[in-house]
Amino acid sequence: MIHFNKERFDQALKGEKLVMVDFWAPWCGPCMMLGPVIESLAEQYEGKAIIGKVNTDEEAELAIAYQVSNIPTVIFFKDGKEIDRKVGVMPPNSYVQTLEQTL
Amino acid sequence: MYDILVLGAGPAGLAAAVAARGRDKSVLVIGNRWQDSPLAKAERVDNYLGLPGRTGMELLEEYHRHAEGAGAEFVTGKALSLLVWNGFSVTVGSQVYQGRALVLAPGVVRQAKYPGEGEYLGRGVSYCATCDGMLYRNRPVVVVGLSADAPQEANYLHSLGCQVVYVSPRPAQGLEEGIPYMKAGRLAVKGERSVTGLEADGALLPCDGVFILRRAVAPTDLLPALAVEDGVIQVDRRMATNIPGVFAAGDCTGEPLQAAKAVGEGHVAGLSACAYLDG
Repeated sequence: MIHFNKERFDQALKGEKLVMVDFWAPWCGPCMMLGPVIESLAEQYEGKAIIGKVNTDEEAELAIAYQVSNIPTVIFFKDGKEIDRKVGVMPPNSYVQTLEQTL
Repeated sequence: MYDILVLGAGPAGLAAAVAARGRDKSVLVIGNRWQDSPLAKAERVDNYLGLPGRTGMELLEEYHRHAEGAGAEFVTGKALSLLVWNGFSVTVGSQVYQGRALVLAPGVVRQAKYPGEGEYLGRGVSYCATCDGMLYRNRPVVVVGLSADAPQEANYLHSLGCQVVYVSPRPAQGLEEGIPYMKAGRLAVKGERSVTGLEADGALLPCDGVFILRRAVAPTDLLPALAVEDGVIQVDRRMATNIPGVFAAGDCTGEPLQAAKAVGEGHVAGLSACAYLDG
């Protein structure tokens, strides 16, 4: 489970692997609820995809850069480009579907 | 982790809670204040067996006392989001509650959305001031106040430095001075790439964010996989929905919208949830 700052995030986007990132904040109940799901997916897909989190409280710049205006928001990147975005708490299977379709 | 989470503190939810407490299950009831239940507005209920002539408020007060006496626990607030993963998790404000079975008893929740609302979700439309407020710091926002606690959320946004306008069909109680209130009911979210304003009864209020705060989140928004027909949740005789471990009771399963029917269904749903846990 990677906790991205701007530098590590930019680095991840330059790689070839699929990147899935969860924008969250500690004051956000729905984010806290989704957190364990993201962590479990990060374990499950280790080596296949880069799955991490951005704390929007600490990395406001990243949230602004990717126009995140609701949290949680999960964004998927392939070859540095955004390919999908899920706003709010979605059924765990919907994250799995995007991962499986893209891998 | 509770045995059973009940969403809704009206007759159906409270009957489910009492039934489940009778089987010694731990129960958490999540809902708006029981005084805000639509039944509270009934001046006289004459078709509830054995107790004719009561007001809706009197019935609710007794239902609530009964459930509390039976050992049900209560959280006042709106279920904002729901997750089916290792049981059920429900967010209320910034708290998360977990249960092994779920009873849906939210009453009639209107699902109709405003024009533009779905389109701009994630691009300026938000349902949670506590979650997303910080992302709108020092920017103009409109709060659409449709719930009793909406003024508090507007005050919170104001305290973050947002320039807040409060729009509602009804006057707001508890709104801080300095937050303009506009009475309006016909609303539409306007935008280009993201939200640029809210149209309220024909007048355009420019803003970056629109916080739409309803009394409750519709069950199908909480649980997209839930089977619904003509706006009512599909259940079998055990009040089981199509999702394992999820039961539904009361007005959300359809007509007649009567306390007697809600209590009966709630009772069955509570017992079925116990059977599911013991099965």
